[in-house]
Amino acid sequence: MTDIQTINQPLSQHIKADGSVTTLAEYQSNYGYQGLTKALSMSPSEVVDWVKNANLRGRGGAGFSAGLKWSFVPPLEKLPGQRYVICNADEMEPGTFKDRWLMEHDPHQLIEGLAIAAYAVQADTAFIFLRADYDLCAERLQHAIDEANAAGLLGEQLNEAGFSLTMLLHTSAGRYICGEETALINSLEGRRAQPRFKPPFPQVSGLFGRPTVVNNTETLCNLPHILYHGIDWFANLGLGDDNGTKIYGVSGRVKNPGCWELPIGTKVADIIAMAGGMQDGVKLRGFLPGGGSTDFLTEEHINLAMDYGTIQHAGSRMGTGTMILLDDQTCVVGMVLNLIQFFAQESCGWCTPCRNGLPFIRQILTDLEAGRGQHEDLEHLLQLCGYIGIGNTFCALAPGAAEPLQSALKYFRDDFVAHIDQACCPHGNSPKPLNGLKKEAIL
Amino acid sequence: MTPIIATDAATHCADWRLKIEPLNEHEETAIAAQIHHYPQPQAATIEALKIVQQQQGWVSDGKVKAIAQRLKMSPDEVDSVATFYNKIYRQPVGRTVISICDSVSCWIMGYQGLAQAVTQELNIALGETTPDGAITLLPTPCLGACDHAPVAIVDDQLTRQLTPASLILLVRRAQEQT
Repeated sequence: MTDIQTINQPLSQHIKADGSVTTLAEYQSNYGYQGLTKALSMSPSEVVDWVKNANLRGRGGAGFSAGLKWSFVPPLEKLPGQRYVICNADEMEPGTFKDRWLMEHDPHQLIEGLAIAAYAVQADTAFIFLRADYDLCAERLQHAIDEANAAGLLGEQLNEAGFSLTMLLHTSAGRYICGEETALINSLEGRRAQPRFKPPFPQVSGLFGRPTVVNNTETLCNLPHILYHGIDWFANLGLGDDNGTKIYGVSGRVKNPGCWELPIGTKVADIIAMAGGMQDGVKLRGFLPGGGSTDFLTEEHINLAMDYGTIQHAGSRMGTGTMILLDDQTCVVGMVLNLIQFFAQESCGWCTPCRNGLPFIRQILTDLEAGRGQHEDLEHLLQLCGYIGIGNTFCALAPGAAEPLQSALKYFRDDFVAHIDQACCPHGNSPKPLNGLKKEAIL
Repeated sequence: MTPIIATDAATHCADWRLKIEPLNEHEETAIAAQIHHYPQPQAATIEALKIVQQQQGWVSDGKVKAIAQRLKMSPDEVDSVATFYNKIYRQPVGRTVISICDSVSCWIMGYQGLAQAVTQELNIALGETTPDGAITLLPTPCLGACDHAPVAIVDDQLTRQLTPASLILLVRRAQEQT
């Protein structure tokens, strides 16, 4: 057995530099599937309590306690019959690539985690809802599911109580809104991926009208380790109020973009240092802490801990934990326009504030970027952020889209004003290429 | 005040008077295997569309009718699903599809230069197919490979850390192959 003290990067411990996949034999040689074995020796409600006490918070962005989410599923005695668990692997948040990293390199970890979740809520069918473009993940996950089935790790009669589990891979056809859990359920039923009204919550009436739990890939990948090593070990991994590790990522003009597993609560500056710092000749101005739908923070926030509470207190969200950096050679108006364009295109069209509000904002930003903006546009944009904010829309897509815009107007208002005063984009409408520095030379 | 584009409405309009294009044996078998995974046949809609697309590159009105018949849905129901998702093509595409990521990290790292170079090289706009039917250019939302930005998918292969020159090289190679 590996020394428990040395395991401080449980989720990425099998990830190899050459990008090859962890085989079943390799996975099992290092306590692989023993977390599931332990879970299967406990009662389902004990597993729910175990994970609830570990305070594993959802790693997809919302940060909701996974154990608590499971506990909303009615007990089998009260509501007998079919129930489902779904792995949300529809990673499509701009700037986010952590789940791909986990699935490509260590598919069995996800399969084991999903099986534990299925046992906890007594589901006999589990789906992995994978985004369309992750072909390598699809290939490796399907192979791993087949391996696990052949080895008797999935399938019929997995414990004395007769727990059985069928695991199926579902590949999507590409749409950001599929990441919203009720939209994901609609998509899995072969419908347009429009969010559903809540209540009823999916834990009571979800996929095909049955109790359903949807968890993020990274959240599920934590489960085998929490079961095997215990709650105290998990609590000790985190640096602040939160427990465990987090897959943090950095993209933008840094020397070495990528993702790394670090203690949850690692300082922003330390995460950027993992990426080798900024490229030569560019300066950091701000960052989106956890994907395209989080508020900008600035250089003054880089000594903050990347955990749910701290980042929220600073006025943003940790989101997916994969940061996008804004540098001094990138136009902030153009960057926000790019994000709004994404959200306008990916809006499902169901509710009016989102369907019409986002193209409206896109038009104003397009004008600003082209030098056709007017000073009153800025107030108008803020007003529109309110119209598409929380409480006015059917789901969180449009409020998320408003976050980078409203915070850009707060921190980088001068950039917007410069576009109006100079009647053009001071950055020439695009990020400037670095002087003679080729990207290949850096990477 | 500048004019406002209210919606991103799809321009395609299906004609259900067209004849059904029956599913071939491979499509029939593959779709039947997918239906088996779910308690309701409708849940296999997306897979069925993908299976057909894999065979003929896109999904025609006649095939939508055939899928609808197989899954006990109306053609409009199937079409409402088909038109919702980015990766289902309801119009013919080129023999090679180049999907260039246009989301934020790739945009910061040089998407605009890539788009400009490739549209000039092929003399078509994004979203169009070359007249010889060789290449379709599509902008695509975040491909989840931001650590390798800017990226594109060329013939189902993720290509990383692109420069205008390296993308043009890929385009020319694709043109030679077709």
